[in-house]
Amino acid sequence: MKKWSSLALAVTLGAVLTLSGCGGNNNNASTEATAGTNAAATTAPESSPETSANTQDTLILGRGGDSASLDPAIVTDGESLKIAHQVFDSLLEYKPGTSEVQASLADSWEVSADGLTYTFKLHPGVKFHDGTDFNAEAVVFNFTRWSDPASEFKFEGDSFDYYDSMFGPDGSRVIKEVKAVDATTVEFTLNQPQAPFLQNIAMTSFGIASPAAIQEKKENFKNEPVGTGPFVFTEWKHNDSITLDKNPNYWKEGLPKLNKVIVRSIPDNSARFNALQNGEIDLMEDLSPDDLSTLEGNTELQKIERPPFNVAYLGFNFKKKPFDNVKVRQALNYAVNKQAIIDAFFSGQATAAVNPMPPSLWGYNDAVQDYAYDLDKAKALLAEAGYPDGLPDTVTLYAMPVSRPYMPDGKKVAEAIQADWEKIGVKTVIESPEWATYLDDTKAGEKDDIYMLGWTGDNGDPDNFLYTLLDKDAIPGNNRSFYVNEDLHTILINAQKETDQTKRSDLYKQAQEIIKADAPWIPLVHTTPLLAAKANLKGFVPGPTGTEYYSEIYFE
Amino acid sequence: MNSYLLKRVMVLFPVLIGMTIIVFSIIHAIPGDPAETILGQKATEQSKQALREQLGLDKPWLQQYFNYMGDLVQGDLGTSIRTKTPIAKEIMPYLAATLELTAASMLFATIVGVNAGILSAWRQNSWFDYTAMIIALIGVSMPIFWLGLMEQMLFALKLHWLPSIGRMDQRNPVESITNLYVIDTILAGDWRQLWTVIKHLILPSIALGTIPMAIIARMTRSSMLEVMNSDYIRTAKAKGLSQFLVVYKHALKNALIPVLTVVGLQTGALLGGAVLTETIFAWPGVGRYIFEAISSRDYPVIQTGILIIAFIFVFINLLVDLLYAVIDPRINYK
Repeated sequence: MKKWSSLALAVTLGAVLTLSGCGGNNNNASTEATAGTNAAATTAPESSPETSANTQDTLILGRGGDSASLDPAIVTDGESLKIAHQVFDSLLEYKPGTSEVQASLADSWEVSADGLTYTFKLHPGVKFHDGTDFNAEAVVFNFTRWSDPASEFKFEGDSFDYYDSMFGPDGSRVIKEVKAVDATTVEFTLNQPQAPFLQNIAMTSFGIASPAAIQEKKENFKNEPVGTGPFVFTEWKHNDSITLDKNPNYWKEGLPKLNKVIVRSIPDNSARFNALQNGEIDLMEDLSPDDLSTLEGNTELQKIERPPFNVAYLGFNFKKKPFDNVKVRQALNYAVNKQAIIDAFFSGQATAAVNPMPPSLWGYNDAVQDYAYDLDKAKALLAEAGYPDGLPDTVTLYAMPVSRPYMPDGKKVAEAIQADWEKIGVKTVIESPEWATYLDDTKAGEKDDIYMLGWTGDNGDPDNFLYTLLDKDAIPGNNRSFYVNEDLHTILINAQKETDQTKRSDLYKQAQEIIKADAPWIPLVHTTPLLAAKANLKGFVPGPTGTEYYSEIYFE
Repeated sequence: MNSYLLKRVMVLFPVLIGMTIIVFSIIHAIPGDPAETILGQKATEQSKQALREQLGLDKPWLQQYFNYMGDLVQGDLGTSIRTKTPIAKEIMPYLAATLELTAASMLFATIVGVNAGILSAWRQNSWFDYTAMIIALIGVSMPIFWLGLMEQMLFALKLHWLPSIGRMDQRNPVESITNLYVIDTILAGDWRQLWTVIKHLILPSIALGTIPMAIIARMTRSSMLEVMNSDYIRTAKAKGLSQFLVVYKHALKNALIPVLTVVGLQTGALLGGAVLTETIFAWPGVGRYIFEAISSRDYPVIQTGILIIAFIFVFINLLVDLLYAVIDPRINYK
């Protein structure tokens, strides 16, 4: 009797154990099966945990981070702009997949002969999501909000950084006046000609917001944006998801094709890829090059390549000796084997960089020759610079602690370069402080001798690479090399004022020659950032600047 | 009992104030310019300077500390620098998400851990005992992120039994009332969604609960062994009581006291330590909330977030102490 009871107890306890532990899955499997039989009676069979199968008019996109704000005027980060791009239209836009400008809210435009007056004809009959009219007054309202430092719609803590950097900070504004001529005509008067003006106007940051909504919601506008775009903002669960619904009254015929877009933040790259393979998301950003072979082996998925529109580079710190010496900089340029780095760490998804801007951008100088990988030449140059036995001191090389589209794994690349340099007698120590500190240190230029960084273009203009990163005006800030060349400065400033694109292109080509000779950087790679999607997802055209419209996407 | 309770609550204040001082000093000692981190690489110098002034970051940290404490006393938990939203409003959903996950993890850890511990003690030196203790040993030393990814590979990718990320089926969300989705779905009467919410909980709570489960199992085992050898158990056995009654009624009650301490401590530890699990499973919890605040140097959020976790931790410990008295009447506080 006693024997029996103890046996029964053991069995019961064992059952409890399995049920509560790993048995959670048995449990689940059986219910899944019953759910399956029930589903036959109802309509939506549950094929995999999160997909409701056949009716695919909802897109779930997985990305690494969340938006900081939904008002595009006050942000500069790509994650925020991605969402804003769906909710807002700008006067102009980039042709999908390129950085070429085309009409959007403005149907057409005229430029005066002196390049000082731009007249835009607006698309008639467009409405904001809140039902108010889009018109010339709305355009004036938005531009006034961004340019007037005393604007009552510039809320506490906000700054319109992109407005300031594209159209000059207060005191040296490019735009003098924005005037509503009539309901569908807007006239911009400039203080001085600005060649990339149309490129700038097309940026997502200058999306036109509903004046009524800003006046009514005030600070809260950044959480509840209202524009004219293909999708209407519905809900934002911070660090989790943003839900956008179809704008049924969208002014572009037949768009958007999707009914709903849910953008989820899934910080871990592997977890995001797992979720895609499991059907919980339909499209993912920032695939690690390491996962490429798994992706290519899966017929249910497709690979999407974003056009390369970035540059990763090593910058020399001119404040530190001997990196103020051009021969030393050139020597180190000769001692980096870019192709080996691309093969080892980028799964071939990159090209060796010669110039500080990507080859797809107009004004790129094909004639510039790169410093080929040549250790003998490097040694000779070091000897000429007075270091026949290599550099006497150990060099501090800053390698990025975070993954970026232009550099998935900075530390590994730095180690490869460290090994190359060792061969010419240059000893390096790699440092990777946490990101905020990293940016701070490189900007101060006190701790690093050489640093790794990169840039993704904001608009389709060479100015956004060359002037932004290498002009003396960008110190302190993006020119973390503290590189000053007066001739280069004159050329870049002239190029900003020149309105003839052929002449501008020539100026930028000259600029690239000067930069190559001075070698303030070692341009490393232009990467092709990877995305992955379900095979039946169609109509997604990846944009070079990192933002694209989801309005053309549909499922087959 | 009441005076003990009062004393315990009074001790809370210096603990929490000490906590704020430590947190405040540490995060202000970390290098890195918050203005640059918050506004991004592409922001202009002018606007960064403006932000620093507006946030008072140009002031000495002692003054910043007193300003912060002044607001806190008036019930103002501060405003996030990054999202510019009041933290009190912002933190609730994160806190609820973490509480739900922690509760599920501890439920898993306690049920499995206690039962495994009892069985091991009862059948000491049997194959079950050895297996369970080896599993417990592996469990304690398992890296959470690795376990999490392996679970996703097996149960989500290979077997398609369970979802790998998130908290519920996003395509048909249920309105958030309490932000505890198990409760929200019950309130909404949406049983299908309740089931998906539970399914979403399984993998992350196993990942998060494995370490405490192993600790609890080992604790229960040694505590049970001690009790099982005591006189009153021998008496109970001699009286001819069934094994089940002896183990589950007489022995367990006394063996549970040290186990309870471990459960309490582990629950507190999970609250703060959930960052990895929350990252792998895209769980929008308070661990990730604070982690992101740290990487963007969002000082008010870091301070308040840690303060709230510290508060809960202390509160749980208080609860455990009070429960002792309920389980064992010999323990009383005068």
